[in-house]
This record gives sequence, C-alpha cells and structure tokens, in this order.
Amino acid sequence: MAFLSYLINGLSLGSVYAIIALGYTMVYGIAKMLNFAHGDIMMVGAFVAFFALNSFGLPVVVSVILSMLATTCLGVVIERLAYKPLRQASSLSVLITAIGVSYFLQNGAQLLWSSSTKVFPSIIASGSLRLFGGALSISYLTLVTITACIAVMVCLTLFINKTKTGMAMRACSEDKGAATLMGINVNRIISITFAIGSGIAALAAVLLCATYPTLSPTLGSMPGIKAFTAAVFGGIGSIPGAFLGGLMLGVIEILAKAYVSTQLSDAIVFAVLIIVLLIKPTGLLGKKLSEKV
Amino acid sequence: MLKVENLVVRYGMIEAIKGISFEVNDGEIVTLIGANGAGKTTTMHAISGLLKPVSGSILLDGTDLTKIPSHQIVTMGLAQVPEGRRVFAQETVEENLILGAYFRKDKDKIQADMENVFELFPRLKERRLQAAGTLSGGEQQMLAMGRALMADPKIMLLDEPSMGLSPLLVSEIFSIIEEINKKGTTVLLVEQNAKRALAIANHAYVLETGRITLEGTGEELARDERVQKAYLGG
Repeated sequence: MAFLSYLINGLSLGSVYAIIALGYTMVYGIAKMLNFAHGDIMMVGAFVAFFALNSFGLPVVVSVILSMLATTCLGVVIERLAYKPLRQASSLSVLITAIGVSYFLQNGAQLLWSSSTKVFPSIIASGSLRLFGGALSISYLTLVTITACIAVMVCLTLFINKTKTGMAMRACSEDKGAATLMGINVNRIISITFAIGSGIAALAAVLLCATYPTLSPTLGSMPGIKAFTAAVFGGIGSIPGAFLGGLMLGVIEILAKAYVSTQLSDAIVFAVLIIVLLIKPTGLLGKKLSEKV
Repeated sequence: MLKVENLVVRYGMIEAIKGISFEVNDGEIVTLIGANGAGKTTTMHAISGLLKPVSGSILLDGTDLTKIPSHQIVTMGLAQVPEGRRVFAQETVEENLILGAYFRKDKDKIQADMENVFELFPRLKERRLQAAGTLSGGEQQMLAMGRALMADPKIMLLDEPSMGLSPLLVSEIFSIIEEINKKGTTVLLVEQNAKRALAIANHAYVLETGRITLEGTGEELARDERVQKAYLGG
C-alpha cells in the first residue's frame, strides 16, 4: 500500500511537471526555441495568484483565472519584445536571450516582491479520499492536481487536432515557409503558442504552490529545469511526450526519494534521462527526423 | 497579370538578383530557365513573399506584392508550389489540401475544388488518409500542386516541379501543368529541365547569375544556339 501511495504522490508531482512541460514542448515545437524563462513565467503566475488570494481575498477560481491571464499576457509580451526580433538570428542568440529573460524575471520579482519567502495559502479543502478501508488515502489536492493535468492534456490535444488554429500550428511546426505560402500568419501562431503555454504554466504554479507552499522569486527555476527534462525525456516537441515525460519524472523522483535517498533523487532522475537518451536520442515519443525527399 | 520590375534581392551581402524585369500575361505559361544558382528560386521566393527584395516592384494586377505581408499574398490569387515540394509530411494528404485552402471561407467551393484536385490526381484520392511523408516523390509533387490549386489561384508559380522524378513522371507532371493552364490558371514555371519547359512555354526568360540574358517565345529560345549549347546539351 505504501508503494501505491508513493506512486500517486509521484503522479501528482508529475502532473505539475507535465503541465509545465507541455508549455515548453509546444513553444519548442512551433517556435523551435527553448524558452528557458518558462519556469519564471510560472513563478510570476504563482505571485499573481498569491496576491489575488491573500491581498485581495478573491475566490480561488477567480485568482487562478487572473493568474493565468497575467502569464498569458506576459508570455505574449516576452515573445514580442525579446524573441520576435531574433526570428532570423542563430538559435544560440535566442537561447542566451531566453536565459537573460529568465534572470530578468527573477530579479524583477525580487525587486517588486522582495526575496523573503512567502507562504502560499491553502486553496483546497484538506480532506482526503480513503480507499481500501483507510489503508490508502489520497488527498483532495492530489486528486485535483491529477485531474487538472489530464484536463489540460485533453483540451490541448483536441485544440491541436480538431481546430483550424491547431492545424495551422501543426503546419508551422513542420515548415514555417510552406505555412506562410498557405496564408498562415506564422507570427500570430507563435504568439498564440506562447499565450497557451504561458497560461497553463500559471495553473501549474498554483498547483505546485498548493503542494509546496513556499513562495520565492526563484521558485520557478527547479521545476522549470525538471519540466524541461520531462519534455526532452518524452521527446521535445511532442505533446503526449511531455505529458508522459512529466508523469514519469514525478514518479521516478518520488520513488527515488522513498526507496533510495532524498539527496540523490535528482541525480537519479537525471541518470534515467541520460539512459533514455542513450537508447532513444529523440526521447520516448520523439519524432524520427528522417524525411523523404 | 504579373509584372516584375527591376527586382533586386540580397542574401546578406550577396546580391542574388541584380535587377531583373519580366512579365507574365493572363493565361500564359511563362518559364524562367537557368543553371543552378542563377537565382531562379530566389526570384520565386521574392514573388511569394518568403524573401523581401531590396528594391524593385512585383505587380500582380497592379498591386505591389512587395508591400503586402507574405502570408497575405496567396489571398491575392498567387499560389506557389515550392522547390522540393515541401508538403507537410506528418499531415495526411487531405489535411495538406485543406491547408492549401486555409485562408478561404467559401466552404462549398473548397469541397468542389478538392474533388477537382482528386479528379486531376486520382492517386491522391487513393491515398487521402495517408501521411504525406509516406508518398513517393512524384505523388508528393502532385500533392504540392494540388495544395496550391486549393488556393483557387489566378496564377501558379511552380519551382522545379520535375526535380528528382523519373522521365515518365516528368512527362505526366508537364502534361498536368498544361492541363491546369488550359483550365484558366496562368503559370510561371522555373525549371532546370529547359527542354521540357521551353516546349510548353508561351514565353521564356534565361536567368544567368542574377540577370536576365535572353528572352523570347518558347520556340525561339529552344532554337537559339546559345540556349542549345548551355541548357539543351546541344
């Protein structure tokens, strides 16, 4: 039973990673860039939710929506100001810019909200679901987190596969020039991608802070790196890959903490990543890069 | 219909197109022939907006395309079949065709156009639900052409449609180009296969290192000694 309980905790943490990783992977899939500021956009979402809940006493749902709107706008603005001018530049310049944006957001947050840690209020009733005569208990928070992740995944998949904008996104991810020839406004599609990726990052932020309620300007970096790892693990650019990678990363991390060592858990996570990439360089569900000419 | 005037295009510091002018009249097939690196694809990309020219104008029925955002050019009735086909490999044949009509709102007409494409290329209909990347080179060329037709264009730009195809398929592609033209679409064709291109062209231009060096009707150029020597293996 203990194993099952660890597994569920792992899925819960993995769900948060998966939501962040979905943003990473979408942006990579379409803009072909690694937005290393993604974790910090998430951090801003956490702060916006914190102030909405704590300072303005807004209801949880309103706060979450507000925070998602804030990161959506932030993502679009960052793309417009920092990345769009570099559309023709080398990918190295874009990468360095992304790291710069990441530090900018962290330091901006420090300046605005100070570096002292704040405590995130609890947002979900603290009860739990008891199964097997009380032998296994799953907290409501865990249930909400896993459900939210599945909901995000389902919505995104439907959006990308069933809508016209989704089809344009698929076209852009394959060949931006050819997409332009079809009449697709590639810049608009990239903006939409940043909007969606950044918006769902705020949801991940709230779920993360509900589980680990300490708030600081650097709170986005570690989950950001983990989510990036998850995206690579699943195959960067692949949406189901990010989902699977996120969940697996969470489970491996929690199981490693439980059965091996708390200190070594991150090392084990990255070791698994290295092994997966050695065996399958494109990640678990990554696309093969072969093309017929 | 299409009038290119004093077009100059640069890649970084290199001037790839050094001020060319040419014209495509309504209903014609016009071809631009030239060796590798002469600037044929660059010219095509400048017309369809994938490259912004340094100077010059590209008039489509009087509208200067250089002043229009690249993704809107197809909405003006100019569709391009790019070099190397560039079909969306992960998407199905049908989805590729739907993407060709991406900007259009006239649903019924889109459906009818799709039927026409399938009539022109029966093999695409057979492979409707197959990913485009699994098609053969010839089928991908047909798909790229079908996709461009889905934009319901007044003028179609074809960039090296015969590249990498067997002689039999080349004949098929060229007869389809003529058929598309007979149905009322003006054609601007860029080819290394000068012999075939000149055979179907009303008017032709020879492009050499960014400049137009010769022009005439397809027949005239096919008979021209210089053209024979340089491009027809004569």
